[in-house]
Amino acid sequence: MLEFCEWLATTAWSIGLHESLYMYPLVETAHVLSIMLFVGTISFVDFRLLGWTFRDVPSSEVVSRIVPFTVAGFAICMVTGALLFYAIPVRTYLSIFFRIKMAVLVVAGINVWLIHRHLGRSPVEWDRWPRPPLRARLAGAVSLACWTTVIVTGRLIAYNWFDCDRQPQPDWVNWLAGCPLE
Amino acid sequence: MTLFEVFDWLEQTPIGTLIRDSSWLFPAIESVHLLGLALLGGAVLMVDLRLLGFGLPGKTAGELVDQTRPWMLGAIATLIATGIPLFLSEAVKCYFSDAFWLKMGALVVALGFTFGVRDRIAGRALVIWQQRALASASIAVWLTVAAAGRWIGFS
Repeated sequence: MLEFCEWLATTAWSIGLHESLYMYPLVETAHVLSIMLFVGTISFVDFRLLGWTFRDVPSSEVVSRIVPFTVAGFAICMVTGALLFYAIPVRTYLSIFFRIKMAVLVVAGINVWLIHRHLGRSPVEWDRWPRPPLRARLAGAVSLACWTTVIVTGRLIAYNWFDCDRQPQPDWVNWLAGCPLE
Repeated sequence: MTLFEVFDWLEQTPIGTLIRDSSWLFPAIESVHLLGLALLGGAVLMVDLRLLGFGLPGKTAGELVDQTRPWMLGAIATLIATGIPLFLSEAVKCYFSDAFWLKMGALVVALGFTFGVRDRIAGRALVIWQQRALASASIAVWLTVAAAGRWIGFS
């Protein structure tokens, strides 16, 4: 994987994006704007599952009417995020924050899948409950916690406190970041 | 006292100095600022999507304005409470940043438009083009605030 990233970094488009005066900031700005669409909309779905808002609207209706916009925002986030990775592949791959972010993304994905599997079926018994049952509220809380972590760790990728070329680092940092040490 | 001297003085305030002298305070505050931005995006879009004919069909735009107001105000409070210390830590840089002034100008427009225009008339009987214009203007002005805000970091 590291070798693949090293190869990626030698491609012309990666170097071009990395060194460009405007393209890289533009892609990063698009990434931030798409967070507003993506995390902004999913937050209100989570608030509904927690029973905090739109309590008189069926949970399944909030999901079916709002989640398409979440998916659209997520798609833009993925494309712009992939471009940002492509511009700086090696350092990002070896970033402890990037790795935590990716791990939390997987957890968030499983949570989304669980919610969808449950709410996607024929209307659940608690669909109209102002305050959904504990399991649904838990799913909403896990979702909020995951996206909060994703945003914070994503922002912190920019900081070099734990970069592999800044040694010595604690062993667990080097291990988690996958630093290639001699 | 010139405006520049005011900014220079603001940068020397204890909060500004504290944040500059810390390696993690700026990133930490910045992260919360981003979280506030995400919430703001959601609160704004809940109303604007409805005005565009999407979102929750069971509620009127006026009802959505009322029900998202606490989140909207919470997001704005978070953004201002984190934005001020970020500004204090680099006020002189902001003074010379076009992005900063664009953002502040757009912010005044966004706040005035949202609370003074959109939220007041969203609940009225509007024809489709009026609803669309209201939502498009709202989305455009808030995206400008966010994009210009991000751009401060590039200058």
